[in-house]
Amino acid sequence: MIIGFGIISAMISVYVVRRMDNAADADRLEVNLGVFATIAYWAWLMVEIAKANWAVTKLILSPSMPINRHMFRIPYTQKTDLGQAIFANSITLTPGTISVEVEEGEFLIHAVGYSEDDLDALADMDRRVTAIEKDSI
Amino acid sequence: MNWATILIDILSWVLILSGSAFVVIGAVGTLRFPDFWSRLHAASVSESAGMILLVAGMCLQSGLTLITVKLIIIGGFIFITGPTSTHAVSNAALTSGEKPDSDEGAAK
Repeated sequence: MIIGFGIISAMISVYVVRRMDNAADADRLEVNLGVFATIAYWAWLMVEIAKANWAVTKLILSPSMPINRHMFRIPYTQKTDLGQAIFANSITLTPGTISVEVEEGEFLIHAVGYSEDDLDALADMDRRVTAIEKDSI
Repeated sequence: MNWATILIDILSWVLILSGSAFVVIGAVGTLRFPDFWSRLHAASVSESAGMILLVAGMCLQSGLTLITVKLIIIGGFIFITGPTSTHAVSNAALTSGEKPDSDEGAAK
């Protein structure tokens, strides 16, 4: 009985999805990412998150709290919306930097422990995100 | 209990305890930091490091079961929605006129 309900609801949803595919003028989500490159990027991102977490933890726990707040802009080079979203989310996911605003060709970033190295590190992240985009657009 | 299960148990408790520590650190940072913008950064510590370590520790506790699959799905969900909501909050603050202080005097 329960399995029957499962089969029926699965069939109904497949039917609805097929109908939607035919009806709408197909604003489809196209994922143009290299599989292995994406996995490698995630591994790299995990290491970056660990490092940034440690830095922010030291900022929080040190008695004098040597924070250096700053707002700056970083250009992005991704062509697709998905690539830009991945880059912005990666920036926000790394503690210490938050992407605040998307502008034409650049992001507005707020950092709590700002230093000149941050610009190079974010440019490096930008290159890596662009590298996992496939060229077939 | 052979040595392998004991090892996995110890490892998972180390992960869970350090994850809890990062959540507490994030809470402390939220209280200590001076203004709205830097508090957002402190919250993202508990959201990334704390969440990842806690989910990994709980995965080791439950072993190869359906619960682990659910935990990984939850982890991936928070991994994507966390930064998105942080961005939404900060963007709303900027739009409504909250101006960040900058300690970087000459660079701006």
